[in-house]
Amino acid sequence: MIAGRPLAECARVSRQFGEFTAVSEVSLEVRAGEIVGLLGANGAGKTTLIRMLLGLLPASAGNVLLFGDPPSRGTRRRIGYVPQGLGLYDDLTPAQNLEFSAAVFGGRRPELPVSLRPYAGTRVGSLPLGLQRRVAFAQALSHQPDLLILDEPTSGVDPLGRARLWETIAATASAGAGVLVTTHYMEEAGECTRLVIMADGRVADRGTAPEIIGAARVTVVETPAWAAAFGVLEEARMPVALAGRTLRVPGATPAEVRRALDGVSARVYEAPATLEERFFQLTLPTSTTEEPA
Amino acid sequence: MTSRPGSLAAGTAGDEQGGWGADQISVQYRGQLALDRITLHAASGQVSAVVGGDGAGKTTLLRCLAGALAPGSGRVRRPAARQVGYLPASSGTYPDLTVQENLDFRAAAYGVPAARARERSGDLLERAGLASARDRLAGQLSGGMRQKLGVIAALIAGPRLLVLDEPTTGVDPVSRSGLWWLIARAAAGGCAVVLSTTYLDEAERAAAVLALDAGRELAAGTPEQIVAAMPGVLRGIAGQPAGEDRQRAWRRGGSWRIWDPPGSAGGDGTAITPDLQDAVTIAAIARELQAAGGAR
Repeated sequence: MIAGRPLAECARVSRQFGEFTAVSEVSLEVRAGEIVGLLGANGAGKTTLIRMLLGLLPASAGNVLLFGDPPSRGTRRRIGYVPQGLGLYDDLTPAQNLEFSAAVFGGRRPELPVSLRPYAGTRVGSLPLGLQRRVAFAQALSHQPDLLILDEPTSGVDPLGRARLWETIAATASAGAGVLVTTHYMEEAGECTRLVIMADGRVADRGTAPEIIGAARVTVVETPAWAAAFGVLEEARMPVALAGRTLRVPGATPAEVRRALDGVSARVYEAPATLEERFFQLTLPTSTTEEPA
Repeated sequence: MTSRPGSLAAGTAGDEQGGWGADQISVQYRGQLALDRITLHAASGQVSAVVGGDGAGKTTLLRCLAGALAPGSGRVRRPAARQVGYLPASSGTYPDLTVQENLDFRAAAYGVPAARARERSGDLLERAGLASARDRLAGQLSGGMRQKLGVIAALIAGPRLLVLDEPTTGVDPVSRSGLWWLIARAAAGGCAVVLSTTYLDEAERAAAVLALDAGRELAAGTPEQIVAAMPGVLRGIAGQPAGEDRQRAWRRGGSWRIWDPPGSAGGDGTAITPDLQDAVTIAAIARELQAAGGAR
């Protein structure tokens, strides 16, 4: 799909809360037909950025444009939004929720998707989370938005259900909408056209997953005595991670790891980093492990 | 995501006599089968992952393993109550107690001398980035920090079986990596760890995986075994197919794949070597097709 003019555009956007800078000079564009993945730890500024795009929060500096205009009620009408908490009324049925949002958006009365019809008369609060999520999607899509904003859309969904949700997201993009999606899960990043990684309010990197991973490598340690190897590497304060019975050490060369292993018999070699490992390289040096409450 | 040669997955470390787990357990809940003859082996020194969506039965299984729920039938093998560390999905910490008070309270409840508990938790708190939060109320911690506290609290008595119900759900990647460090360290120390997750990239980091769907086993084994046991053929195709084939197709990583059950004709496209995510997705599709066939 050929990307057209930006539906959403942030140009050097910043947001201060008192002394605290939540978002600092972030530039970002979402074009028609694109799925842009926004990755970052808690406190990286993702939610603040989304709130500015929705028009819920003004920017302290820089420009936010939606469909070429500053955020307003008019632009909000063209956005479909699924918040982390889903934003449904628990006491209403799926049909009533959709009717309510149609009334708010001023659209025609939407049809409930076929898969949700058996639950048309059930209170949303008593539906399983997976179904609630489908209701929230149906609601966000019911006014045929030009821009879809999804905050952690697949939390709690089984693998096949998640694949089906991503089909809906991709179909929406193929039909010409732009999608901005946040996720904590790197396996979902592969579903995005491109990624923007945020850390400490700034853009730490952007591009496709292979572009972001680039030439980053980690050291892999294979040994039946993985527990002993884990112990020594940990003692050496190396950032060792367990994958099955294999250890992965980002930020250390095979030679350094071999030295630290000090006689523990192991096969040690270099391998391409995963997106998650690259993500930590990009975000950890400037962020701390203690997020604000 | 990561490669694990089969020779290492076969199980050498920690599989001493027994281990812990569930044998063919079933649980009825409100007249429905919440768990249907589920078996899980939790080997010492190993991480076992239970994967599935909301309502799959993960919490019920973990509650049975932790001794919080007795199955209607089948057998649970677990060590004495004091040797089980359990982090429930809902809480696991007291919001009105500080980080340190939470740990002291848990230690007292498990009969661990205070000095020993502090010695045990000190390094964990520091490495998990919680040392400077000792005096903060647990209720004021971020979700990720609270979960890390919950895992440290579950480890305070030096358990032989550690049961963690969705420890990383809703937790950001940085805290998740801290949680995995705690989990790996517990396993490296010989503990049998069982955790539940909705994410397969996380399950892939475990040595053994059990996928659940509506209380029933969807797939089980090492990730390699689950992939090897996948029936039929996986193909990459150009776009979403039409008609009934849609049920067997899904989108992944920006392209489409379709599963051909054994004995089916197959079609165009390139053969794809499946991974754990494919294999579990296929198991779910096979079950859907079976259910639809049975209903006809």
